[in-house]
Amino acid sequence: MPWAQALIAKKTDSLSHQDPNTGRVLSYAQAINEALVLAMELDPKVFVLGQGVDDPKGMFGATLGLAEKFGGERVFDTPLSEDGMTGICAGAAMMGLRPVYFHNRPDFLLLAFNQLVNHASKVHFMDNGKTNVPMVVWAAIGRGWGSGAQHSQAVHGLLLGVPGLKIVLPSSPYDAKGLMLSAIADNNPVLIFEHRWCMRRKSAVPEGFYTVPLGKGVYRRRGTDLTIVGVSHTLELALEAVDELARDGISADAIDLRTIKPLDEEIIFESLKKTGKILILDSTWAMGGLCAEIGCRVAEKGFRDLKAPVRRIGLPDIPTPAGFTLEQYYYPDKKRIASAIGEIAAA
Amino acid sequence: MIRYAYSGKGFEPFEPAIGKYDREFLVSLLWSMMRIRMVQEEMERRYREDEMKTPIHLVIGQEATSVGCCAALERKDQVFSGHRTNGNYLAKGGDLKAMMSELYCRANGCVASRGGSMHLLDKEAGYAGSSGIVAGSLPIATGAALAARMLKQDWATMVFFGDAATEEGTLWESLNYAALRELPVIYVCENNFFSVCSPLEARQPKVEIYEKAASFGLHSVQVDGTNVLEVYETARSAVERARSGKGPTFIESLAYRWRGHGGAGDDSDTGYRDPAEVEHWKQYCPIEGFYNFLAKRGQIDEPGRNALVKQIQNEVLKAFEHAISSPVPEESDLFKHVYSD
Ligand SMILES: Cc1ncc(C[n+]2csc(CCOP(=O)(O)OP(=O)(O)O)c2C)c(N)n1
Repeated sequence: MPWAQALIAKKTDSLSHQDPNTGRVLSYAQAINEALVLAMELDPKVFVLGQGVDDPKGMFGATLGLAEKFGGERVFDTPLSEDGMTGICAGAAMMGLRPVYFHNRPDFLLLAFNQLVNHASKVHFMDNGKTNVPMVVWAAIGRGWGSGAQHSQAVHGLLLGVPGLKIVLPSSPYDAKGLMLSAIADNNPVLIFEHRWCMRRKSAVPEGFYTVPLGKGVYRRRGTDLTIVGVSHTLELALEAVDELARDGISADAIDLRTIKPLDEEIIFESLKKTGKILILDSTWAMGGLCAEIGCRVAEKGFRDLKAPVRRIGLPDIPTPAGFTLEQYYYPDKKRIASAIGEIAAA
Repeated sequence: MIRYAYSGKGFEPFEPAIGKYDREFLVSLLWSMMRIRMVQEEMERRYREDEMKTPIHLVIGQEATSVGCCAALERKDQVFSGHRTNGNYLAKGGDLKAMMSELYCRANGCVASRGGSMHLLDKEAGYAGSSGIVAGSLPIATGAALAARMLKQDWATMVFFGDAATEEGTLWESLNYAALRELPVIYVCENNFFSVCSPLEARQPKVEIYEKAASFGLHSVQVDGTNVLEVYETARSAVERARSGKGPTFIESLAYRWRGHGGAGDDSDTGYRDPAEVEHWKQYCPIEGFYNFLAKRGQIDEPGRNALVKQIQNEVLKAFEHAISSPVPEESDLFKHVYSD
């Protein structure tokens, strides 16, 4: 079934212009939960699986109550088998189902790269367009409390160069719900990486069905001195820094990309043309991922607009340390981001 | 030295029951094996021209597994495969012309020159795809079986792979899940004793593959992969199990690969196996053995076989001509189908 396109269009119309800052306030987990309920009510082919999705914790609350509501045939626990289960999702998706596969941490997805990179992402191309793989893989980036090198990694940078995948990093409950619905409706494998620290947020979330489009960034702040572009928790820190710097007379365009693949290049260049300066932020390693990609595109296509060197802030080329003392040197904080912004503005 | 000897019982055990098969069916099994063999022999002959620019993995000597298994399936049933696709694609009813065009990298290949020989596809025939990553299609086939269950469909899924796939973790993840959920899936392990040039004994301890599968809670059997009737009967009961909700079956089918791992010809002279071992297995040719059995029972005779050969030759030549005279893709085709709308 083409994913109820008409139905979606009808339902989104009235909501797409709604102000995300007013109205009913939901927690992050509630927003995702609501998206899943709507999708499962709309389409019997949507199902939810993952380690512990039907347990009392319900995947940080995102899947709470779903098994009771929709039954164990559509919401079920899995063996660990991350690669096998990813392939099982791909096979089910190839036959017309729409799996939504939950993981506690992106670190565990590294075991599933064979199915993600060699199979799910390539089947549509290799089959000459004859097969679709509409599946969603969700994971929550961890940080802090000793999570360390194997429980706090964000792996979206490793996957950015893989054709056929879509990669989403929401940062608010509003986006988490709308992007989840878009991801489930999409006919391609879509990876959603939430950040546990963004997941503490609450925001206004419209009731009912609405979608946030994949591949469209959004301005979180408007200003003139520089362009800040990024995703997820690090961008959230940057917004706090920018708000504080207003007292020094500094203002910035701050762009939340929300989706990094496809990448909304247009919004970046639109802003860069105006400001001539850019700071790129990511919640994972700066090397080789989103920061590097945007930096390169700016050098290729925005060079003449640049009034200062490109700057990026991500994680250093070091595994995450477990202890809290080392951690504070590892993760960029608001202060470090603020001083970079100040330097760029003054340049 | 013959390291891996034939251990089957031949066709004798099927003598008493021959009457229960209809002649047309028996001849169709023979025809299907001959067709696979002849397609591959023609591929081999032409491979040296270097127009078929794709790595090929011939299934000569192993035809009975493809044919016996697929004879137990209906069109609606779904087949997945590993890299050794030729036999199971044709046995499941995959379009020969589209396959040849794919091997010749033509725009009208079964996947428009995006797959090559390791990735054939014919959705209309229920040939759902294959993976060049050893064991890669195991979980995908298992997921297809899960879909059949969830969609309340009665088709079965069958997946073909080699002995080396049982050295991959993802295979055991798949078996574990299929057994847990009692999924309608049939795993067909074509044990030809080699992974490229590495013998089984260099890769696995001496535990029978089908016994390992059984320990995962699957119904598991070992069959003589040169005996198309034995394969067929085993596959038929596996399909019955799948359709009646009794869960997955693992079939280990023993048959020797007469040619090298990839490309044309036998490469035994490089020293990884004894050419005498190849000769040993040629005495148990799945096609000759079955023909002799049928002829002895009066189901076919020499003129009958010659007529089959003629018909197949004709079809094969036409398929090659079709492929060679077809257009190649254009640059703009490259950009299609990275994403689905
Ligand atoms: C994961 C992976 N590892 C290695 C290879 C290289 N390779 C391709 S075919 C093959 C042999 C596999 O042997 P087997 O599974 O027994 O199948 P056969 O070729 O004998 O039919 C190997 C090692 C691969 N394609 N995928």
